[in-house]
Amino acid sequence: MRVPVEWLREYCAPDLPAAELATRLAMTGTEVDRVEHHGVRELDHFVVGHVLSAEQHPDADRLKVCVVDVGGGEQAQIVCGAPNVAAGQLVAVGRPGAVMPDGTKLGRAKLRGVASAGMILAEDELAIGPDHSETLVLSDDGLQPGDPLAAVLPISTDVLELEITPNRPDCLGVYGVAREAHAATGARLRAAPWEDDPGSLDRDDIGVEIAVEATDLCPRFTARAFHDVRIGPSPPWLKARLMAAGQRPINNVVDITNYVMLLSGQPMHAFDLDRIEGRRLVVRRAADGEQVVTLDEQTRIADADVCLIADAAGPTSIAGVMGGNRSEVQDDTTSVLMEAASWDAPNIHSTSLKLGLRSEASGRFEKGLAPEQALDGQALATKLMLELTGARLVPGTVDVGGAGADSYARSVIRLRDAQVVGLLGVAITRSQSALHLQRLGFETAERPDGLDVNVPSWRRNDVTREADLVEEVARLHGVNDQLPATLPRRRGAIGVLAPAQRLRRRAEDVLVGRGLREIVGWSFESPTRDDRLRLAADDPRRAHVVIENPMSEDAANMRSTLLGSLLDVARHNAARGQGVPAIFESGRVYLAGSATLPHEHHALGVLVPGDIFAAKGYLEALLRALRVTSSFAAASQPFLHPGRSAAVRIGSRPAQAVGWVGDVHPLVTREWDLEAIAAFEIDLDAVVAAARVVPEYEDLTSFPELREDIAIVVDETVPAAAVLDAVRAAGGRLLARAEVFDVYRGEQIATGRTSLAIALTFRARERTLTDEDVAPVRAKIVERLREQFGGELRG
Amino acid sequence: MTGRIAELRGEAEAAIAAAATSAELEELRVRYLGRKAELPNILRGIAALAPEQRGPTGKAANQARQALEALIGQRAEQLAGGELEEQLQRDVVDVTLPGAPPQPVGHLHLLTATRREIEDVFLGLGFRIAEGPEVETVYYNFDALNFDVTHPTRGRADTFYVNDDVVLRTHTSPMQLRAMEAEPPPLYIIVPGRVYRRDSDATHTPQFHQIEGLAVDEDVTLADLKGTLLAFARAIFGRDREVRLRPHFFPFTEPSIEVDVSCFMAHVPGERCRVCKDTGWIEILGAGMVDPNVFGYVAEYGYDPERIQGFAFGMGIERIAMLRHGVPDLRLLYDNDARFLEQFG
Repeated sequence: MRVPVEWLREYCAPDLPAAELATRLAMTGTEVDRVEHHGVRELDHFVVGHVLSAEQHPDADRLKVCVVDVGGGEQAQIVCGAPNVAAGQLVAVGRPGAVMPDGTKLGRAKLRGVASAGMILAEDELAIGPDHSETLVLSDDGLQPGDPLAAVLPISTDVLELEITPNRPDCLGVYGVAREAHAATGARLRAAPWEDDPGSLDRDDIGVEIAVEATDLCPRFTARAFHDVRIGPSPPWLKARLMAAGQRPINNVVDITNYVMLLSGQPMHAFDLDRIEGRRLVVRRAADGEQVVTLDEQTRIADADVCLIADAAGPTSIAGVMGGNRSEVQDDTTSVLMEAASWDAPNIHSTSLKLGLRSEASGRFEKGLAPEQALDGQALATKLMLELTGARLVPGTVDVGGAGADSYARSVIRLRDAQVVGLLGVAITRSQSALHLQRLGFETAERPDGLDVNVPSWRRNDVTREADLVEEVARLHGVNDQLPATLPRRRGAIGVLAPAQRLRRRAEDVLVGRGLREIVGWSFESPTRDDRLRLAADDPRRAHVVIENPMSEDAANMRSTLLGSLLDVARHNAARGQGVPAIFESGRVYLAGSATLPHEHHALGVLVPGDIFAAKGYLEALLRALRVTSSFAAASQPFLHPGRSAAVRIGSRPAQAVGWVGDVHPLVTREWDLEAIAAFEIDLDAVVAAARVVPEYEDLTSFPELREDIAIVVDETVPAAAVLDAVRAAGGRLLARAEVFDVYRGEQIATGRTSLAIALTFRARERTLTDEDVAPVRAKIVERLREQFGGELRG
Repeated sequence: MTGRIAELRGEAEAAIAAAATSAELEELRVRYLGRKAELPNILRGIAALAPEQRGPTGKAANQARQALEALIGQRAEQLAGGELEEQLQRDVVDVTLPGAPPQPVGHLHLLTATRREIEDVFLGLGFRIAEGPEVETVYYNFDALNFDVTHPTRGRADTFYVNDDVVLRTHTSPMQLRAMEAEPPPLYIIVPGRVYRRDSDATHTPQFHQIEGLAVDEDVTLADLKGTLLAFARAIFGRDREVRLRPHFFPFTEPSIEVDVSCFMAHVPGERCRVCKDTGWIEILGAGMVDPNVFGYVAEYGYDPERIQGFAFGMGIERIAMLRHGVPDLRLLYDNDARFLEQFG
């Protein structure tokens, strides 16, 4: 909402510069995006001039050489290109030294050899109107040459660019902002410009019949008729205000509707009364598929939830959103029907969305306007129609659904003193509360425990409860300056990470401590990514959460694995000469299911240069740090090398599969322009849930361990994990650990065989073990390996 | 015999004093005290002497041996000290060479590092951390947060829809309701997490991260909110910071405020501050007292709006991180360029 300060000051004029007024408004709840300047900045050198003569330029057909009285007995020769300039006119003159709105500085120049001191100005050059074809001719209201132009025309104003929150449609009008300025500063608020209505309400035979069929969508419809209307341009002051407010002037009648809306917040619509077929308007729901041609000459297709205004020839407007072109005011219009109505806010909102059609009117109606505003708009419009178009008002007002002026119900809400203090934490007296509320237009009455507060019509939708009143009091009292900074008592509240949260941090820190860099990828991915990852048609990870309205088609799916994000980042860096960094991501993945909400879990993914063992080293460190027992079994994934990939399992009896690890498949690395990388991904939620959060003490120090190494030769097809399982099974209670620490294949053993060096650690809880204790266990292990795998002891 | 002993002793003492290295000294030890040396031999041969000689000879020999042993010990220490000194001098290295092997330094992402810092501040203030689904129902994301049916952010221009009833959450606020449903008051939580809005430019990405805060108790006030956020602002932006509360509107808080923190940049006269644009204040978050209508949706879980009240706030982690570290473009956070990543965390 653009509010020209010059306009605002007509109703409330705090003795503050615009920037300070903006701060006051911001600190009381009206957000100011910025303060702009509209028009010229320096008022000097802009004066009223009197054209004494206008002669043809000797060397240019389109230029005239004018002699202009610029006051103080001074005459200036100015070359002017406007066709309408003529002797006798009062014009706007920019003298040498004047700085134009666009920043250019006028000087003395020669135009086709003729000296010219300054410019005779057109309205667009002053940013107070759209027209450039003609010079601006001022009406002779006792103006004297040399009078400052700013005294005649609003050629310079600050403009407050406000961000009006959706709960405050009353501030979508200059007068509404004036109310806020009054409340925020205490400066006097002038009476509303619609207070004195030149119209009458006592009859409704204005020559047009209004029938409201869709009463649920149209709580109030008012209309007034005007004859002998002369369509023409609006006066400069009105055009200037529209321009400063960001609205392009069209003609006097249309400008009046816009001016009334910008001032009061009530959208208006002007029909050419003679173009209303049958002199009857019907407010009704559209038929499904019914077509309306709107002002912008687009054909819109409506349905039964769209409210139309129709005459005998069909729809003329989409109610509350946009007028139709068939009955719009044109240059030859002489009779006008002025409409001001109230519409059902949610319906306007959905119609506007459905038709993809937003207008200044719909933007206001969809937030809910008070029905009282309709007559405010009529009063204001009537005054301007009479003043500016020479119109004759047909006595009476059509008011369908209206409850008559000011007889709508007003709600009364009790504001308890204790509630103000209790909610805000600062003592505000009852009389202070009353003052703040009264300045905002609320009426208050004393009650034993507080105030009974009568809500003004324009705040009816927004202020419905005691908490809303507390907010009004708080924002005017000053939530900033008047409020102490205290801390909650927080009885019984303890700030502590949940075990899962602590362990998630630990997992990330383990990887960071080993030199990995964390990335944060996109949740969105392209639907083509599944194919690039070689997922089979029935892969469960294809059950994506799909966004109906993505930013772009290649961001329509929610990811079901972190691998794509990791590959994208690897490629980003590789393509920039950074090599492939060792990276990880800790984040959510999403899988659609049959429930309302999809399954989400927190995953942890790692991508590193190298092979499966590089990746697995990090994974094992991570799992050990979380005190999770794990096991691995060869298992393929579509995006992994089939012979170099494993399923990650945790726990035992039964082991739970929580992820995968392996070399990334060459076809996948090629797809991402990478080479030789390995990765893993685990369901971190599941891993963390299995972690030993509170480890129990084990006596590992009272008695020493006994370590023995054995080397066993088995077929190379036998997995080390199977060998270790057998070792552990045979090792019994005394065997504390068994770990493979070396692998050998080569000349010294048979082809197709592999030698595993295994460290055996023996320990007893209550005594120091001797070689005699261990020897039979060791023999049992060797025997088991021989039986089970044909394992031979080596060396 | 005692003469011979004295002679040996004198000879040995002179030799020990003259020994220049530990090796030389060891040679002398063997020569004078070793198994085949003369002095130990004399001691071993005591028994063969005449009885009247045994006493004086044994005594002299023992004294000589002990004296020589002591002397060798002393001399050994002297020599070792000197030799160690020499060794240390020979061991001198160029300490400016890098460690070997160089240890890699990993990094948390700036967003994670920032999130954890903020979490830690609120943990210290007594808040716990709650987490909720990113794909959320319209009920939790909008309806029960008191969003009017016409509120613009419900529109498909602003919010990602999975279907008519399910959206990608547009804020972490739905967790307010889920947390209240799960646990009666008093409740002090923050909710970090990823959120989504249909927006993309230098200061908006369609996904970003927020931290929600919620404190509900019998007597939590707007002043308590101010104190809590002041503590937060000082912990994150520096101890000299102030906060400024401006009234605002959010559907799920009443009163609602926006919170600015005083600018932490060094201001140079004549140069426009790139952070606060010379206003002195930087907007960092939205907040307010929980709207009674929101409590109305969870009243049956112990949240009767006539008996309890609370405050809520929500901030963008990206914004805080960018402000603190001077990151100019939000999209840098999601490029994950190694040269960016290694600067933080």
